[in-house]
Amino acid sequence: MVPNIHELVVEAPDVAAAIKPGQFVILRPSETGERVPLSTSDFDREAGTITCFFQVVGESTAKLALLEPGDTIPTFAGPLGLESEIENFGTVVLVGGCFGIGSIYPIARALKEAGNEAHVILEARSKYLHYWVDRHEAIADSVTLITRDGTLGTKGHVSRIPDILNKLKIKPDRVIANGCTFQMKRVSDITKPLGILTIVSMNPIMIDGTGMCGVCRLTVDGETKFACVDGPDFNGHLIDWEEFLQRRKTYYEEEIEPLRRSGTGTTVHVCRNC
Amino acid sequence: MADEKKAKKKPKINPKRISMPKQTPEERVRNFEEVALGFTPELAIQEAERCLQCKKPKCVEGCPVEIDIPGFIAKIVEKDFNGSIAVLKEKQALAAVCGRVCPQEEQCEILCILGKKMEPVAVGRLERFAADYEASQGKVEIPHIAKKTGKRVAVVGTGPAGVTVAADLAVLGHDIVMYEALHDVGGVLMYGIPEFRLPKDIVRREVDYVKKLGVEIIFDYVVGKTRTINALLEDFDAIFVGAGAGLPWFLEIPGENLNGVYSANEYLTRVNLMKGFRFPEFDTPIKRPRRVAVVGGGNVAMDSARTALRLGADESHIVYRRSREELPARLEEVENAEEEGVIFDFLTLPIRCIGNDHGWLVGMECLKMELGAPDDSGRRRPVPIEGSNFVMECEAMVASIGNSPNPLIPQTTTGLEIGRKGNIVADEETGLTSLDKVWAGGDVVTGAATVINAMGAGRKAARSMHEYLTGENNK
Ligand SMILES: Cc1cc2nc3c(=O)[nH]c(=O)nc-3n(C[C@H](O)[C@H](O)[C@H](O)COP(=O)(O)OP(=O)(O)OC[C@H]3O[C@@H](n4cnc5c(N)ncnc54)[C@H](O)[C@@H]3O)c2cc1C
Ligand SMILES: Cc1cc2nc3c(=O)[nH]c(=O)nc-3n(C[C@H](O)[C@H](O)[C@H](O)COP(=O)(O)OP(=O)(O)OC[C@H]3O[C@@H](n4cnc5c(N)ncnc54)[C@H](O)[C@@H]3O)c2cc1C
Ligand code: SF4
Ligand code: FES
Repeated sequence: MVPNIHELVVEAPDVAAAIKPGQFVILRPSETGERVPLSTSDFDREAGTITCFFQVVGESTAKLALLEPGDTIPTFAGPLGLESEIENFGTVVLVGGCFGIGSIYPIARALKEAGNEAHVILEARSKYLHYWVDRHEAIADSVTLITRDGTLGTKGHVSRIPDILNKLKIKPDRVIANGCTFQMKRVSDITKPLGILTIVSMNPIMIDGTGMCGVCRLTVDGETKFACVDGPDFNGHLIDWEEFLQRRKTYYEEEIEPLRRSGTGTTVHVCRNC
Repeated sequence: MADEKKAKKKPKINPKRISMPKQTPEERVRNFEEVALGFTPELAIQEAERCLQCKKPKCVEGCPVEIDIPGFIAKIVEKDFNGSIAVLKEKQALAAVCGRVCPQEEQCEILCILGKKMEPVAVGRLERFAADYEASQGKVEIPHIAKKTGKRVAVVGTGPAGVTVAADLAVLGHDIVMYEALHDVGGVLMYGIPEFRLPKDIVRREVDYVKKLGVEIIFDYVVGKTRTINALLEDFDAIFVGAGAGLPWFLEIPGENLNGVYSANEYLTRVNLMKGFRFPEFDTPIKRPRRVAVVGGGNVAMDSARTALRLGADESHIVYRRSREELPARLEEVENAEEEGVIFDFLTLPIRCIGNDHGWLVGMECLKMELGAPDDSGRRRPVPIEGSNFVMECEAMVASIGNSPNPLIPQTTTGLEIGRKGNIVADEETGLTSLDKVWAGGDVVTGAATVINAMGAGRKAARSMHEYLTGENNK
């Protein structure tokens, strides 16, 4: 799609028939592969297909990127997790970065259909890393683009959100952010003093995605939750982010080190797009 | 009385059971291969000859699926090994599994008449022998399958409960579709119980048997999510739910979300289902910390502690709040763990996990316990000794204190009665739930229990479902 972000369209009629915005799927690229959770960016119930965007960060996503059209994968399970809350909240701001540019799209569409005023903010490091802008423009009340280098739209990163809200002259009833952890944490940090309820889609390490292993646990408002069955959406202001970031690094040594040595991957900081 | 007279006529009964060859502890802690190697035909016959062939066999009373125990043992004495497995299969679809993991010492063997004076007959080892013999011959008998009834049955979960229902109903001529949330068959047999105790090839072989009966298995299908039970009822005449008890409990103590703290499910799944022990050949990694503390005292705890050793831990501890006598694990597995060098810290209760600056576990604060008066379970209640706090250093903690039923199906099914512990409520004799056309059994009903109980529940449910499917209202 854009450098390092790949689009994956999978034919899985059962999953496509049931999936709702905000839910995710788990797939395995090969028989020896890990179970990789991915958010859904679109679904076509008639064609029976699901669209996901993924970023190559390690072994399994690298394998996924090597798939050719028409290939089959051994596992594609879903929909998993709870759907995003869709109601008429009033004015909603949707922030997408990285693969979240895609996965925020069905949520924006559903919120718009539910009668909300939906404003979309998309963030990427540079112009060439933006995608699906036209799709967002077709449904949203406004689309604001941010690039780190200023090659498109507003220059900076999500810390520009307050300026953007001022410019749009809106007071959102809710902010929803999808993307990499750092971006969602930053958005939560920014909206907290503004007192705007902020929902983020958490992406911890997972195995089964059905509540069986507990590896995906995180602390929300002092309570342990399993992201795969209690989430993935949570109130960003109540999450223990520090613990979450630590837990995400559990297998860093095992997974990143070999990549560096073998030369199959060059990125050490996982998300370099925002 | 008659039995005992017979015993006198055959005075040369070996008072000791024949021991089963095992890998030595030094050897086996370095590999994931099966610990017990099984009887040779000669050893099996010797052990089988110890059985008195009681007229009113006590052992059968203790067997949850009422296997004709003297019957299958007699066939081994006659060297009719195929005949022996045929007797087993009348009641038992997973003989190779149950021969390995059933707690025989609390079920059949504890009741064996011989046990009064000497060691009881090694029923489990003989069961395992018969099943393995059949497999080693490479041809598995397929029973006669009844004429198709045209009824369609969905079975949720491919654990022992589901597999039993599927096998029983397939033989009776019903069309069966099994739905499995994960990407492999067998439930806990596959992702929980480790390779060195229950080789995965054996699980696959036993489950393949259901496929040979014409059962269709659909993987990666999460019932409740991909489709609900209520929606499946539109396509099926009856549904059996055998979704197990997959939701892990943690101790609910501070610091439990530190890195290095696992549920036993995660720890064992990484190793078994995802083959973490073969990382990097398989992509799912597993940490290899130096000191591992496993909290709990059941089979799951033993499996985790022994897995830790095989992953190269210098020290693997079982931290249990009661004493050795109260350990709920199978005795054989406790002994195996001891032989392999697992360190048992009894009467010890962790109260806090301690982390370093990077969020990694470095130890646990524990309390020493003493045993007080018996509680509801009849076991003596552990009581903390005040001021006995101490720190146990460890880089990994594996919580193995139990599981409750997975809430996915309870949450998404309308009309299904759910018990206090999140279990599905089902009739003990028939497995019928509060929802019409839906049966349930195994761990999802009872909470974490045993393989054989899950099978027993599956068998009863299959009987009830068959009656319903062929009954008057359903012609
Ligand atoms: C509910 C959910 C939805 C997700 N949706 C998407 C999506 O739509 N698109 C997408 O590209 N990714 C998504 N992710 C993240 C994706 O699952 C991981 O990037 C992927 O599993 C990494 O696999 P790998 O083998 O390539 O990398 P690994 O070798 O497993 O990991 C490489 C590095 O990435 C880190 N890492 C591990 N898990 C994650 C994670 N969840 N996110 C980011 N880094 C991680 C590891 O700590 C390690 O340092 C989602 C995760 C969850 C839980
Ligand atoms: C480590 C460990 C060691 C054990 N050791 C012993 C032992 O030595 N002896 C003994 O007798 N017992 C032992 N047990 C207990 C025994 O394994 C279980 O009691 C038994 O497996 C229960 O069988 P079941 O069919 O009810 O469920 P499970 O074996 O749990 O199978 C349930 C299946 O349903 C699937 N499932 C769940 N939810 C869904 C859904 N929504 N949609 C589709 N599929 C779903 C699961 O993925 C799973 O495959 C052990 C358990 C563990 C964890
Ligand atoms: S196993 Fe023991 S109780 Fe059972 S028939 Fe043989 S001697 Fe009797
Ligand atoms: S991924 Fe295993 S419990 Fe959530």
